[in-house]
Formats: sequence, structure tokens, C-alpha cells
Amino acid sequence: MSTATTTTELVETKKSGGLTGAAANYIDERTSISTAVKELGRKIFPDHWSFLLGEVALYSFVIILLSGSFLTFFFSASMTPVEYDGSYMPLKGVEMSAAMASSLDISFDIRGGLLMRQVHHWAALLFVAAIGLHMLRIYFTGAFRKPRELNWVIGFVLFILAMAEGFTGYSLPDDLLSGNGLRIIDGMVKGMPLVGTWISFLLFGGEFPGEAIVGRLYSLHILLLPAIIVALIAMHLLFVVVHKHTQYPGAGRTNQNVVGYPVLPVYAAKAGGFFFIVFGIVMLMASLFTINPIWNYGPYDPSPVSAGTQPDWYIGFADGALRLIPPGLEFVWLDRTWSFNILIPLVTLGLFILVVLIYPFIEAWVTGDKREHHILDRPRNAPTRTAIGAAGVTFYAVLWATASSDIIATHFKVTMEGVIHTMQFLAIVGPFIAFFVTKRICLALQKKDREIVLHGYESGRIVRLPGGEYIEVHQPVDEYERWKLVSYNDYKPLMIRPNSQGKITVGQKARAGMSRWFFEDRIEPVSSTELERSHSDHH
Amino acid sequence: MTTISTPKQTGGRKAGRRSPLASVALIAIGLLFTGGAYAAFSTSTASAETNAASQQTVGEGQKLFAANCATCHGLEAAGTEAGPSLIGVGAASVDFQVGTGRMPMQLNGPQAEKKAVQFTDEQIASLAAYVASLAPGPALPDASLLDGEGDAANGAELFRINCAMCHNVAGAGGALTQGKYAPALAGVTEKHIYEAMVTGPQNMPVFNDMNISPESKRDIITYLKYLDNNPSPGGFALGALGPVSEGLFLWIFGLGSIVALTVWITAKSN
Repeated sequence: MSTATTTTELVETKKSGGLTGAAANYIDERTSISTAVKELGRKIFPDHWSFLLGEVALYSFVIILLSGSFLTFFFSASMTPVEYDGSYMPLKGVEMSAAMASSLDISFDIRGGLLMRQVHHWAALLFVAAIGLHMLRIYFTGAFRKPRELNWVIGFVLFILAMAEGFTGYSLPDDLLSGNGLRIIDGMVKGMPLVGTWISFLLFGGEFPGEAIVGRLYSLHILLLPAIIVALIAMHLLFVVVHKHTQYPGAGRTNQNVVGYPVLPVYAAKAGGFFFIVFGIVMLMASLFTINPIWNYGPYDPSPVSAGTQPDWYIGFADGALRLIPPGLEFVWLDRTWSFNILIPLVTLGLFILVVLIYPFIEAWVTGDKREHHILDRPRNAPTRTAIGAAGVTFYAVLWATASSDIIATHFKVTMEGVIHTMQFLAIVGPFIAFFVTKRICLALQKKDREIVLHGYESGRIVRLPGGEYIEVHQPVDEYERWKLVSYNDYKPLMIRPNSQGKITVGQKARAGMSRWFFEDRIEPVSSTELERSHSDHH
Repeated sequence: MTTISTPKQTGGRKAGRRSPLASVALIAIGLLFTGGAYAAFSTSTASAETNAASQQTVGEGQKLFAANCATCHGLEAAGTEAGPSLIGVGAASVDFQVGTGRMPMQLNGPQAEKKAVQFTDEQIASLAAYVASLAPGPALPDASLLDGEGDAANGAELFRINCAMCHNVAGAGGALTQGKYAPALAGVTEKHIYEAMVTGPQNMPVFNDMNISPESKRDIITYLKYLDNNPSPGGFALGALGPVSEGLFLWIFGLGSIVALTVWITAKSN
């Protein structure tokens, strides 16, 4: 009897889990994965549309990996001259590199090849664009503050690497457009004093264009750069888990909690579904809209340059910088040519990139704030930061737009010279205008918020009091709304204080100066005493 | 046989005028004379007819010219301060400028724009005949060069080397200095493409027959017609303007629709 009962019990326990339970148990006993699932599955993510922009970048990268793997099956990274004999009639019999011929074969003679090429290229454009937009969200909400400064740096390096991936990929088909792009890079490299020519010869294996560059860029494009990107993405995501997700200010949201939904089941389903949405949109674009029609450009030949030769959008700012430089900046000195028409854009862009890269550290130094921040700033509540961002965006946008100066000229029926001169003016003055306008708008919005918290919304209802006095009744703001409006950090300009030796250092003075510049104009958040006083005024 | 025939031959030589060579020569002279006379007669009548016809056309053209063109180009077509001399520009130039509506120019601008054609085909032909009568110049192209049956691959290569720097590889047009531009080439007729190459209208250089042979011009026309008749294999071409229109499309429609969907996804839970 007793033995019989134990066996039935055993059978029953086995049955209760079923096959899934048994399998899960099997895996868990060997990998201890349940800890990780428990940890990750209960991870809370707050809900906001702007928090999905990084995911768009991640998904585009997955699409790029998949379509790129397909392309590697058929692409031949060689510059050996061959005679094209594929099915595109207007190139038949034309001599071109094996790289170009195989890209044409992918486009015309391999089933699904053109679709995959267009998926790869559209997804690449989307990848960099999504990173850019994600980065702007991080910047304008102050999500780069402690403890996330390093993740900002990783993310920005990813942005640079994505551009490098894009550029190396753009150069691989060895068509006229990509060759022209490489020629500009070659010119920029050669413009560097002393080392330029050497680096150029090293890069191209001799005089441009040579027969080596496509193979070399291919190694970078499919091996080194993706490996670094994958590693950095892993680190980036790990940090997101370690730091917990930031959230916008709101009722019940503090620096110590995260309000939202758990990964399992809500976010796993949402994010998984979102991947297919992104995939679907990329597929739709790729199947309906031509991108990079290499058959029009033809094989690379150093003599022709087409009108409307531009890089892909993410390199546009660099092309624009070259177009903005006025003539006459090249001269011979010490028996060498000094190409300041190339050096000035190179140095300017280098500095711009450096400032963006280290911005979190600059701001941390100015504020002297060592606290952790998990609640995001509404952009208006950090007026100077938002204004700096607007100035940076304006500068970038002007350079970017300049890269299409010729298209602007033809399509808006204006002169090319007029476009360039306007852009030269805007590149210098535009950021200042953007800074002041944005800062004033932020301060005005803060004042409006303050007004709403203290006096509520205007209801439009006029009431006559028994004494004959007329008042307008204000509708007080509800507590949820008020939470959003009053909870933000306020910084005061730092005072210059002597250090332990009783001296005021230059660094101290610089910091105080920067701090004054940052926080001189500010609107203080409404304090609870102010709030109480305003309430007693009204009721 | 030879011994017998020899005396016969000597006998024939005595006859002298009866030689077969002589009769052949006589017939030849006769034929040449009559044929030549006939030919001379017939050509003289034919040229007299065409002369009369073209004289009339030229006269028509001169009247049209005086009424519509002389204000800028001068009554003798020798040019004024407002317009260049047309002596020696040839019929091809007139056919292109007037046939595409660029002339008569109605607005002073960086360059004469293509617009609705102002004259009938006959009037254009008269104008062309008048200008061609002033001095020799590029004539209207032969129809065999405009059939679009040339070598598109050669045409595409020549187009990339000679034309694409202004007109863009896909013939989408491009900017020049001071507000001038190279127009888009989609839908331009074969004849006008050829005439533009030979005459170099406005800012365009002349591609004479030493530079690009008539057969190569035929190839270029073949390539441009190929582009006209075959839509982009990749789908909508976005104006064939290259990375600028691609980037703009990606940011506005690609990323725009994705951001709209992120808003939708997160809005559902609220």
C-alpha cells in the first residue's frame, strides 16, 4: 500500500509540471538561469514613447546584421577588373571591378538580392537616425547625469562607429558615387600636414584609388566594426539594467523607485511586437523605394563626378563643413602646402564631437552635483542646457543642410552662392540666436508653470462678491499635475570660496564663471510654503 | 587555229573604224553625253523648285524673325546688346531654342527657361531655314541618328564622362553658378537632345562631331531613352536625386512613422 501511494505521488508531481516544467527544470538545474529570468523578468520599465527610440536603433541593427549576412554570400570584395555580363543592359560589356559587378549581380541576377540590398541600406540609414534621435532625447532630458555618464560616452562612441560602418558600407560597391566619396576622404587625409600623404598611401596601398581599398574596407565593415558595435551594445544594455531606467517626473515617481510595467510579460511582448513593426516599416521602404541605384552611377572612374553627389545623410555634416569654407585658405609655406580649407573643418568637427562626447562631465563639473539622478528633467527646467543643445542642433543642422546646397539651389530656384553665403552666416550666428531664443522660451514656460501651480488655470468664470468686487475664479491644478510641475532640481550659481590654503584658484574662478553663466537666469520651483500661502489667498 | 585567225585580224585592222573597241567607246561617249545632259537638265529644274520653295520658307522665316526675335537679336540677326548674333548658329540651334519654348524669351533671368512652345512646327522650320540661310551652321540631325537603337552601354559611359557632372548620372539635373542650372533630361525629345549637344545652348558646351561622333551621340540618346522608358528597378526613384532625397525620405517618412507608432504603442497602456 505505502509503496503504491508513493509511486502515484511521484507520477502526480511529474504530471503537474508537464513537459514544459520538466524541460525548464532540466535547463535550470544545469544553468541556474532562473535567477537571471527572475531578475530580468521582474525588471520594471516606465512607459513613454521616447524610451523606445533606442530600441528602434537596436532593431535596425538586427535587421542590418540579417540582411548583411545575406549580402556577404554573394558580394566579392575585389577590385580586379572584369567585364560586366549580367542582365542590366546599359552596363553590358563595361569594364568594372569585381565588387561592382557582384553588387550588380546581387541587384539584378540573384533572387531577392535587390530587396536585401535595399533593406540593408534603408535599415542602415534608420540605424544612425534612430541613434541620433535617441541621443537627443537623452540629452534634452538630462538622462546622461550621474550615474549614466559612462553610458552616454558608450552610446556616443556607438554613434561614431555606426557612421564608420555606414561609410565603409557606402564605399564597398565601388560605384561612381562611392568612389567620389572615397576621393573626398583621400583629399581630407592628404590635407593633413606632414603625415597626410603617408597615411593616404598606407590606406589605399599606393596612389588613390589603387586595388586594395575595397577589400580593406570590407574587413572593417563586416568584421572589426560590427564586433566592436556588438560588444558596446551589450555593455550599453547591461548598464541600462544596472542603472535602472530613468522616468519622467510624475505623481509617485521618485529617485528611489521606477514606476512602470515588468519586462515579463508586458514589455517582452511589447518590445517583441515592436521589432516586427520596425522590420515591417523597413521592408515596406525597401520594397517600394529605390535606394542607392548603383546601376545609374556606373563603375568608379576617377574622371567623372556626377551633379548631386552627396554622402549618405549622416556624413552630410562633414561634407557641408567642407562646402562652407571660403576660398583662398590654401598656401605654400616652408615648401609645403597648408590646406586650411580642409584643416579648419577637420579641427572644428573634431572639437564639436569632443564637446558632445564629454558634455556630461562638463555639466557635472559646473553644477558640482554628486547626487544620482533617476528622474528626468523636463527640458524647460534646465534652460541653459536646453539652450546649449538647441545651439548644437542648429550648428549641426546648418552643416547638414549645406551638404545639399546644390539641390536647395535648383529646387527652390535660388543661387548656389546665395545658399552658401546664407549658410556661412547661419553657421556662425544661428547657434547664438537658437541659444537665446530657446533659453527665453524655457524661462517663459517655467514662469507659466509656476503661475499655474500657484493660481491654477483661468476658468473664465467671473464672480461678483457680495461687496460688489469682481473676481475671476481660478481652477486649481490637481495634485497629479502639480507633482509634475514642481519637482525639479534647482541650482544656484556657485560662490567663489578660497580653498584650504586660503587661495582662490584659476579653476575655481572658471567654474564659478561657468556656473554663473548656467544658473544666473532661473525660475525657482514653487516651494510648499509658497503653495500654502497661495491657497490661503484664494480660499 | 591561230595561224588561220591572224590573217583575219590583219584584215580587220585594215577596216580600221570597224574595231570593237571603237564601237564601245562610241557607245560610252553617247551615253555619257545624253545621260550627262539629262542629269544636268533634271538637277537644274529640281534645284530651281527647292530654291523657290526654300526662298518662300526663308521669306516666311524672315518675317517671323523680324516680328518676334529682332528686338533682341537685331533685324539682320547680327545681335544687339540684349541678345547674341545668330549668324552661323544653324538650323539646329533655332529648332532647339524655339522648339523647347526657350525662345522667344519672355523673362530676363539667369537663363532662358523651358516653357510652352510659342510657334507651330512649320513656323519653327521657317525660322530655322531663315537663320540657316544667313551662314552655314549645324543642320537639323538626320532621323537615323535619333532612332534610339544605338549602344546604350557606350552611351551611358559617355554620358557619365561628358554630361553627368551637370545633368546628374540619372539625368535629373543639377545646379550651376549664379542661379543657372542644367535641366533634367527626362522626357526631352531625341531631336532636342541631339541639337543641344551640337549647338551648346546657354551654358552648355558644344560637343561637336570631332568630340563625340554622331554615332556616339546616337548612343547617348539611346541611353537617355532607356532611362525614360524603364522605371527604376528598385521602386519609386525619389527624384533620382541621390542620398539627399533618400535621407530626407528616411527622416520624414521612415523615422516619422516609427515615432508615430511608438506613441501609439505607449498610449494604449494609459
